[in-house]
Amino acid sequence: MSEDLIARVAAVIAKTQKIPPESVTIDKTFAELKIDSLDGINILFALESEFDVDIPDEAAREIKTVREMVEGIEKLVAVKNP
Amino acid sequence: MSIRRVAVTGIGVVSPFGDTFGEFWTGIASGISAIRPMTLVKEGTVRFPNAAEAAAFSPLSHFDEKDAGFLDRFAQFAAVAAREAVASSGLNIDGALRERCAVVTGSSAGGQITKDENFHSLYALNGRVSPLTIPLVMDNAGASRISQEFGVRGPVYTVSTACSSSNHSIGQAFWMVRNGVVDAAIAGGSEAPFAPGFLKAWEAMRVVSSDTCRPFSLGRRGLILGEGAAMLVLEPLESARARGAQVWGEIAGFGMSSDAHHLTQPLAEGAALAMRNALSDAGVAPEAVGYVNAHGTGTQANDATEAQAIRAVFGAHAGRVLVSSTKSMHGHALGAAGALEAAATLAALRGGLIPPTANFVEPDPDCDLDVVPNHSRPAEIEYALSNSFAFGGLNAVLVFRRA
Repeated sequence: MSEDLIARVAAVIAKTQKIPPESVTIDKTFAELKIDSLDGINILFALESEFDVDIPDEAAREIKTVREMVEGIEKLVAVKNP
Repeated sequence: MSIRRVAVTGIGVVSPFGDTFGEFWTGIASGISAIRPMTLVKEGTVRFPNAAEAAAFSPLSHFDEKDAGFLDRFAQFAAVAAREAVASSGLNIDGALRERCAVVTGSSAGGQITKDENFHSLYALNGRVSPLTIPLVMDNAGASRISQEFGVRGPVYTVSTACSSSNHSIGQAFWMVRNGVVDAAIAGGSEAPFAPGFLKAWEAMRVVSSDTCRPFSLGRRGLILGEGAAMLVLEPLESARARGAQVWGEIAGFGMSSDAHHLTQPLAEGAALAMRNALSDAGVAPEAVGYVNAHGTGTQANDATEAQAIRAVFGAHAGRVLVSSTKSMHGHALGAAGALEAAATLAALRGGLIPPTANFVEPDPDCDLDVVPNHSRPAEIEYALSNSFAFGGLNAVLVFRRA
């Protein structure tokens, strides 16, 4: 996981949630960040735009932490730019 | 003000099973799902490939060409269902009855297809928008058309409460007939959601299933969008009997509530309150209810919450109530869902046959009810509930009684 990727994902989450970027750290859970199901799909939508990827529903359902979100994006970006 | 019993004397349906109530009932009673690969939008428009489209519906079988152009698909559905409902009721809406008759329709999305086509033209084609856009898109276009066709001059309006729309509309019409505000009503709902922009919005919500709709089952992946309409003709039971009308059943009660909680997450307490309010309005004890036509969308959140709410309302009796979601077969027709399910519930009571929850794979411990999996079941039942719960937390429940 590159620092740049973590920072970009965190920035999207912070912007969508209207919370300070420094509050979105890699080990936070969505519950700790008060991200509910509707917030979650809103974040996925913003991340799809940021990274120009399609996040499948099944994969999205399992994501509950910032780390899992970054790892998921990393995989999708790797598939897109091998 | 007199309190009257309210009979349903006519039913009309446009659904994925065809353009008649008979085809609809035959379809769901057989337990066959009408969910198929989507054809109304270009393949690959959205991630989910399947839908319950009214594929057989041909506007020019019902309207002349110019007339069809003045009605969005959702309003065409409304008019066609109303024609069948009124014809089957044998009611002559003429003379003084015209002013003593109501039309109340439900629609969540109104003229989405017209809106989508015209905004596409605006942004991507020639920068122009048709002058018919406003009157075709308005949510009340179906109600207005029904009023014009039948000369109905009493209360005519549309309720838009997302997926509860047509339970709210039927409930309002029921109360008007019961309380003597009107002497007849045409009530129901219609929806035609298969417009690319609207489907993309559903895709982004991530609640539409990638395969099919499996309410209350383990392995359920979400809802499947459907379309169509259902309309009921309501009359005081006494006058319906006096004129020798066929009575499909009675509407015995109506209850509403709001979760006051969240834009999309349902709350069991809200759903339970609407069911309790409906039973109380009907003066019926929970133990008298034998069937619940569930909201049962097939989403993780709805089905577990609804099961919890049914348990809360029925207590020990919950284990004896048959609960099925016919959305597994006709899809989720949004603002028309309650109306289609009212038609299903009335036919089930009268026919003594409970339609199943199709596509069921395996019981989910979070939905621990008898959900009539995969095969319809004979049952003589006097009272049934039909649940509708909407995004925005708005709940509406109807109580039906066998004729």
